[in-house]
Amino acid sequence: MEVKPPVPQIPPPVWTEFKDLQEFEKFRQHRADDDKTSNALTSIADAIHHMPGGWIVTTSTDKIFNWARKSSIWPVTFGLACCAIEMMATFASRFDVERFGMVPWASPRHSDLMIVSGTVTIKMAPMLKRIYDQMPDPKWVVSMGSCANSGGPFRHGYHVVKGVDRVVPVDVYVPGCPPTPDSLMYGLLKLQEQVAHFLQTGERPPAAADTK
Amino acid sequence: MTPLTAADASTRLREQFAIEPVVDGALVSVSLAPEQWQAAARFTRASLGCHYFSFLTAVDWKEQGMEILCRVENLEAGVAVMLRTRLAAGAEICATLTGVWRGADWMERECWDMFGVRFEGHPDHRRILLSEDWEGHPLRKDYAVDTPHAPYR
Repeated sequence: MEVKPPVPQIPPPVWTEFKDLQEFEKFRQHRADDDKTSNALTSIADAIHHMPGGWIVTTSTDKIFNWARKSSIWPVTFGLACCAIEMMATFASRFDVERFGMVPWASPRHSDLMIVSGTVTIKMAPMLKRIYDQMPDPKWVVSMGSCANSGGPFRHGYHVVKGVDRVVPVDVYVPGCPPTPDSLMYGLLKLQEQVAHFLQTGERPPAAADTK
Repeated sequence: MTPLTAADASTRLREQFAIEPVVDGALVSVSLAPEQWQAAARFTRASLGCHYFSFLTAVDWKEQGMEILCRVENLEAGVAVMLRTRLAAGAEICATLTGVWRGADWMERECWDMFGVRFEGHPDHRRILLSEDWEGHPLRKDYAVDTPHAPYR
């Protein structure tokens, strides 16, 4: 028999009763209209509520963890082929993904994102799987470029995995041959949305069906 | 001593092996019987001075058998010799050239890897590019490329 933990039956607070909250909401609206550039702060403002009479802030752990995780994604520096050059350009100062909080990190054990940048050969696939397995949960995978998405121009070759989703589950596919740094950055922003989705619902999109 | 020319090389190969070489510029093409393969290689190196081993590969002619190609060059004289031999249909065994040119080692391993040609007498007869557990030889015409195999193909 399955034992469920008791659900705490606490009625939700009626926020509109708080005078300070209304003021905070007004402040937030005003701020959001006025200052459209700082998306990070407005995105977290949804989750923050001032308690009346002081500097006490309440929020839900889901929302704050969610915001923190998606604002600090550490991609492992894992380059496979020519897409890796574009990935390096994305990491470097001109395009600079560090403004999204992404730190390219040279160890899979500290990372939570793997960008599969390039052709995955059948001989490389076990190593890729091993690196993926070394990353701590929760982890995400961006498939970058046509080769990683589907095998690309080498799809009918004998030695190429026909899409990296046959090896590891993929969250975001970035098309292109190779994708420009702009495309990859767009994919990474899409991934941030997906991270938020994952942490809210606990679901990730299903991996591609196995076609064995 | 006058430097070797392609015509000289052709003449000497004809006298030695009773075959008809084809001369195209500085390239002498020789079609050999499989039994002559090693002897012709030794002769090309010792007497024609072809010390430079360029490449060795194969062509799958399906039911007409597997053709082995090997190009060697005499860099001083600027003469190249293309040795060819045609294995019988279904035959996959050829004599090794590793005793003549050390460079033949990896090329013959690649040839085994891609075409499944066994080289008799090769000192280290393993696959070179594909993984050890690979099934089949992918550059053969009868290799089913799009057949999915476990685990990732």
